Amino acid sequence: MSPEPAAASPSRTAVGRETVRVDGPLKVSGGARYTADFHFPDMLYAVPVCATIASGTIAAIDAKAAGAMPGVRKIYTRDTIGKFYRVPASGGGIIDERRPPFEDDTIRYYGQYVALVVADTFEQATAAAHRVKTSYRAAAFDVSTALSPEETPKVKSRRGDPNAAFDAAAVKIDHVYNTPIETHSSIELHASVATFDGSHFTLYETTQAVGNFRDVLAQMLGVPKENVRVVTEYLGTGFGGKLWPWPQSLLAAAAARDLRQPVKLVMTRQMTFESAGHRPHTRQRVRLGATAEGKLVSLRHDYAYSRAPLSSYAENCGESSGFMYSTPNLSVSEAFATRNVGVPTSMRGPGAVPGLYALESAIDELAVALKMDPVALRLRNEPAIDESKNIPFSSRHLNECLATGAETFGWSRRTPAVGSMRENGAVLGWGMAACTWMAARWEAQVSVMFNDDGTLRVASGTQDIGTGTYTVLAQMAAELAGVDVGKIKVVIGDSSLPPGPISGGSMATASLVPAVAQATREAIRNLIAAARESDSHFANLPVDRLAFHEGRVHRTDQPPGEGRRFEEVLASARLGHVEGRGKSEGTFRNKNPTVSTHSFGAHFVEVAWQPEIARLRINRTVSVIDGGRIVNPLTARNQIEGAVTMGIGMALFEETHYDHRHGMPINSNLADYIMATHADTPPMEVIFLDYPDTHLNEMGVRGIGEIGLAGVAAAITNAVYHATGVRVRDLPVKIEDLLASSVA
Amino acid sequence: MELFTYARAASPADAIKAAAAASTAQQGAEVRFVAGGTTLLDLMKLDVERPSRVIDINHLPLAHIERMPGGGLRIGALVRNADLANHADVKQGYPVLSQALLSGASGQLRNMATTGGNLLQRTRCVYFRDTDTPCNKRRPGSGCSAIDGFNRTMAVLGTSEQCIASNPSDMNVALTALEAAVVIRGIGGERQVPIGDFFLLPGDTPDRETVMMPGDLITHVILPPPQDGARSHYLKLRDRASYEFALASAAVVLATDKGAIRHARVALGGVATRPWRSPEAERVLLGKPATPATFAAAAAAALRDAKPQSQNGFKVELAKRCLINALTTVAA
Repeated sequence: MSPEPAAASPSRTAVGRETVRVDGPLKVSGGARYTADFHFPDMLYAVPVCATIASGTIAAIDAKAAGAMPGVRKIYTRDTIGKFYRVPASGGGIIDERRPPFEDDTIRYYGQYVALVVADTFEQATAAAHRVKTSYRAAAFDVSTALSPEETPKVKSRRGDPNAAFDAAAVKIDHVYNTPIETHSSIELHASVATFDGSHFTLYETTQAVGNFRDVLAQMLGVPKENVRVVTEYLGTGFGGKLWPWPQSLLAAAAARDLRQPVKLVMTRQMTFESAGHRPHTRQRVRLGATAEGKLVSLRHDYAYSRAPLSSYAENCGESSGFMYSTPNLSVSEAFATRNVGVPTSMRGPGAVPGLYALESAIDELAVALKMDPVALRLRNEPAIDESKNIPFSSRHLNECLATGAETFGWSRRTPAVGSMRENGAVLGWGMAACTWMAARWEAQVSVMFNDDGTLRVASGTQDIGTGTYTVLAQMAAELAGVDVGKIKVVIGDSSLPPGPISGGSMATASLVPAVAQATREAIRNLIAAARESDSHFANLPVDRLAFHEGRVHRTDQPPGEGRRFEEVLASARLGHVEGRGKSEGTFRNKNPTVSTHSFGAHFVEVAWQPEIARLRINRTVSVIDGGRIVNPLTARNQIEGAVTMGIGMALFEETHYDHRHGMPINSNLADYIMATHADTPPMEVIFLDYPDTHLNEMGVRGIGEIGLAGVAAAITNAVYHATGVRVRDLPVKIEDLLASSVA
Repeated sequence: MELFTYARAASPADAIKAAAAASTAQQGAEVRFVAGGTTLLDLMKLDVERPSRVIDINHLPLAHIERMPGGGLRIGALVRNADLANHADVKQGYPVLSQALLSGASGQLRNMATTGGNLLQRTRCVYFRDTDTPCNKRRPGSGCSAIDGFNRTMAVLGTSEQCIASNPSDMNVALTALEAAVVIRGIGGERQVPIGDFFLLPGDTPDRETVMMPGDLITHVILPPPQDGARSHYLKLRDRASYEFALASAAVVLATDKGAIRHARVALGGVATRPWRSPEAERVLLGKPATPATFAAAAAAALRDAKPQSQNGFKVELAKRCLINALTTVAA
């Protein structure tokens, strides 16, 4: 069910107005249907059987006892699941785990699916799955965290002579930073509800990209795209973990294909740790050389990340190193090390988030070495252009982020000596970091319809992953058509709609703007054309004698307010609706951009350190974001606050531990995988600079889903250093590390 | 999860009779009582607990808190953790217990979890909960995965070569410092077990955690009258601010007379295989001035026999700071 139009509210200048979520009432009343909420008559439940070794081959699967258990309909293995296909390297859609489930008998990571039990109830399927006996020929495996590159590192960016400049620099920083494997832990578990009518699949999925999901599943099932429909009405968020399909969806679809009954498969939390992606481990060496006055002369960023067998996922840690600061000499290199873990994938701010933890930590270490204020150091190294591409920035206001943040936070009162600030018996640490995230557009198509019931329908095959897409789409259409937000019906989350953008890369909103604008204008033109054919005083008037204003068609010689509402125009033309279609072009095909488009920001953090009980807590944060024009300050602030909360988890808590003897992620539940709770979230101040970036679209909208997480971990570890004197270069900051503090 | 039968007990005698048919009341029990279910159902879903019969005791008349003649409280085994923590007599006379309860779990869990169930709370050792790994507590003789594995959260006190699993309860640590008694009814009648005798060390039988025998039903917990002039406090240290088991915790009850300590009870949590009373620390405290030096000496004594593993050595220092701070708080 899509949100029904709520009570009308004034909508002029809808974009930029604080607007409560249009889907809020459905969510708080339980009316919003999440994937696992879908039920159908005769539905069966599927539970996978997971490998209990990390490497080797399946010797035998004994499903006899399990198959005889109550309610069990069928137990699938490689021999019985039916045909699966791979996805071509080009043109078939995106998937990180390219190997279809059950393709061979080789086990490459702990938890890999080896069989599938389908039963009448979830409990019966679960009980039977525990009884399936799988024997293995185990092989050696590696889940170690010490990353050494397997191949010669690949140079990603280079200018000048970074080695000579580093060697000759007056002040040098050379450190290695590690970030652990982090696992997306959305509250909504991955789920698939598959139906098959003999020729067409309808797949209810937890995905951040219904269109791509449809393309990939059609490939893997070996059917035309037209035979697959993917629906995600609401998502209990994804953080990148639900961008691309995972194997359980294909298993559910195959079971539905074979049994001709709807099949529901909801992953357990443990399974999501094993086989639904994670942010890989990174090891990053950063070398900075600077003059005694704090001018960077060399920046080297050499990083390695873990990846899985059969995976080509790259954690692009150096994405922003080339343009963040001005330096004549630079090199960025990439390498990887294969580990027997599930396939890694994008996690909120992939690449830049671990990358900026390392870079912004190193910049802070440079400031300490220079005895220079870290804000001043960053201001001194602000580049005039994107030096990695030699093109100007479309809209970069990092200096203002830094200055505004410092002013709001009270940074001028900071005393730089370690442990020198106290309050209420605790030692205070003040730290800060800068951040950036890309801004771009995916291709997008939108349909806008004026309906004779007085509503405006906006439809696109995008989805709302909890971030507010329903609401911002309504705001955009309200702005363009001059119709109240409450009269706009947004229909998304269905691959049968005009293809919409994925909800990833912080690009959905910016991608939708041109398509919504074009579609709305076309719908208005079509409405005016309809007016000319209606039984009204508009009939047969030349087009240039008619105009549209705030939901009304009027003659140019009459005041706009005296025009007729669009539903009246449609009624008198005997039309149910008129539609307009719009399309946004993606920016990725432009190989020679003339401007460099990114968002920027700065985070300021106060930590409180109580050495007598080794307790570190975050007291307050200030974040200043240069993210283009903000469509909805309410949902935007929510995005940044959520991201800062995630950053607190990244800095202080989150780490997926793998058992070195068995290979499984061992803390695979929400009690043992420590994330920030509400009690860990301090008062957060969020400031948007709100400079429209009209290079990207006419509304000047960029994206804000990821920038709020970038830099947070470094701001916290920099504050931790200021409070405790302990420089943590391996995340997360642990009590173990802080016990070494000599600050009393 | 395995198939099981479910029945609602009509009376304590009914429940006891049903459970007496089991071969053990410890790991592997064929009959389990369910009250709040916050531990049992979780472990049944993981196949760690596989009872064939589940007896629901929620309707037994054991949900009251009564004042004892001569002081003290008699707490029914079915009193929910949230109700116990917020009871006026508990807040007034036994703040350490209220604080311990409120530092545990979440509001939702505390609304369900019961006093008797909390006493029997199982370890959070990740290997105990994963049936695909060896664990002497879950499958005797299979080995301990934690000693050479993920042991950051495991115990440093009371461990054995067979098991280093920490007791996760906060409530039990406070009950230990308060010298509570557990009232158990079984096929042989009713008995009172001092809490110090209720929990067993793992030794060579880590699958045996308490003195509970088949048919035993915890009916009450008895708190002795509060010590005159004593103050009590619970301090819990953990990575995050909420919803995490203790890395180290301390429950202390302290009374001073003219600056000298005349009564001291010390128990540690999160660092030991059972709620850990420290007579060593109490001996150091008794008769001494309530000073930082005394507290530091008591903390050193409490952790003297600690045996850290590869990842949990920090708990020794953390527990010391925790105890010193708790003592400092009650002495202030």
